[in-house]
Amino acid sequence: MDNKNVWIFAEQRNDKIMNVAYEILGAARRLADKRNCEVYAALLGDHVEHLAEGLIQHGADKVCVVEDPLLRVFTTDAYTDAVEAIIKNFKPEIFLYGATTIGRDLAPRVASRVHTGLTADCTGLDIDEDGLLLQIRPAFGGNLMATIKCPEKRPQMATVRPGVMEKLPEDASRSGDVIRFNVELDENNIRTKILQIVKEAKRTVNLEEAKIIVSGGRGLKTPEGFKLIKELADALGGVVGASRAAVDSGWISSDHQVGQTGKTVKPELYIACGISGAIQHLAGMSGSRTIVAINMDPNAPIFKVADYGIVGDLYKVIPMIIDEIKNAKDASSVL
Amino acid sequence: MRIIIPIKQVPETSNVKMDPETGTMVREGVESIINPLDLYSIELGIRLKEQYGGEIIVVSMGPPKAQEALREAIAMGCDDAVLLTDRFFAGADTFATSYTLTKAMEKLKPFDLIICGERATDGDTAQVGPGLAALLGLPLSTFTSRIELEDGCIKATRLIEGGYEVLSLPTPALVTVVKEISDPRLPTLRGKQKAKKLEIKKWTAQDMEADTAKTGLKGSPTRVVKTFNPKVAREGKLIEVKDEKTLAQAVDEIISLLKEKAAI
Repeated sequence: MDNKNVWIFAEQRNDKIMNVAYEILGAARRLADKRNCEVYAALLGDHVEHLAEGLIQHGADKVCVVEDPLLRVFTTDAYTDAVEAIIKNFKPEIFLYGATTIGRDLAPRVASRVHTGLTADCTGLDIDEDGLLLQIRPAFGGNLMATIKCPEKRPQMATVRPGVMEKLPEDASRSGDVIRFNVELDENNIRTKILQIVKEAKRTVNLEEAKIIVSGGRGLKTPEGFKLIKELADALGGVVGASRAAVDSGWISSDHQVGQTGKTVKPELYIACGISGAIQHLAGMSGSRTIVAINMDPNAPIFKVADYGIVGDLYKVIPMIIDEIKNAKDASSVL
Repeated sequence: MRIIIPIKQVPETSNVKMDPETGTMVREGVESIINPLDLYSIELGIRLKEQYGGEIIVVSMGPPKAQEALREAIAMGCDDAVLLTDRFFAGADTFATSYTLTKAMEKLKPFDLIICGERATDGDTAQVGPGLAALLGLPLSTFTSRIELEDGCIKATRLIEGGYEVLSLPTPALVTVVKEISDPRLPTLRGKQKAKKLEIKKWTAQDMEADTAKTGLKGSPTRVVKTFNPKVAREGKLIEVKDEKTLAQAVDEIISLLKEKAAI
């Protein structure tokens, strides 16, 4: 069973599996079925074994549980030691991580330790005719896509961008095994001490999980334009997004940015207002189910990806849409 | 404090133009610049030096031309520069780059702090900083937005999803920093004069006793096997708003879509 199976890092925080872990589990399942092998999930934490069931229901065949009070919250030293021990013992063929602040810290550290390759922020994964992992990712600001392989070193490792892979529907009839794996961790080797963890509301823009996103770009012409964007988003129960141009102009914070170096989103509905559609923005939102674009310039690239394009002044169109939404809501409340 | 700052020279990609005929990136006339995110690590280094004294050494791996980036860092206020340049370094992936930088850092010991930009804007991986920390066995803070020194330890604010954490790291340590850390300053006239005159050290694999089986393309576990252009087009309906009538039509169209989507 050496160098055979597909593994994922089942990132958990506060006793909850992160959504991206389920997404890469879905990807791992597809890859493993192509390679005819098993999917393992590495679950690290303190008293986390009860989370294994959910991983099995989302596609894992085996869950390797490493429990230790020193793994309760993420520290780069303890988690690197634990994942390194797993790799040395189980010799995975492929190992995937979510490209979160944890995965992007942990994976390169592990790759250096075990001397293997790592591809950052993948948006596509496949298996070639030789059974090798094809890792597809944007480069040069999303202007170019590259396919990368790791022919010799093992495991073949990649971080995967949140919001890109499809997670499998929960299947309560799936069964799998839990493997308890013991790693001797030494407190003295954990040099980075966490003094404090602070939640900040302004950093919790959840674009990846939003069903509706209303985004603004440089075509708003002024930072105040985002008030109108927010009004429309609120009327629809959606979230505010932004193009890099708007963020770089200082009109809105970078948590709202969609596209390369920002977030990849695929909501049910994406409304792009005053966004011309730089390729890196398109790469970040073109997976949306339905796309509406409002822009003055009929030649704006955003119209190439839009299901509904409106060539016109967003300051005329959006207020009318908001009025109509209010009318529709009033009408339904009368009934 | 002795601070080492690894930097990279990158193509200016913020306004990349695509050739509509071939669908490839237009490389002609593309300027080489200092990786914009490295300006933040340089700024932090200079601020720490101003506060606590010491020296800053900038290091870059690249062709001879990359010394332009090093000179720019000197002009901003860094003290010394080393260029790692050798045909054996060409084509390096993030592992081989981390290894080559590690050999340079070992030669530059002792140091208190290595500061890296979050990532370079060409490769966009953010992997070299953590990879370098692992090979050097250094404590690490990534996505760092603030730094203070306290009792010989580094107190680092690390941005995470939905908030931040405050870490304490013993020195020597490695931090990668995000834009929030500081606003980079412009080069000074005196700095520019110094940058012009400074003799930049050039180190080869041999100078650093680096194993060339671990450097450059040969030392890279990963291979780029194909590049292509992202395809995103779909067939859509376009409405041009020319007057009141077409405006109403456009709004109607959107409202029926929203109803269909059960958004209202």
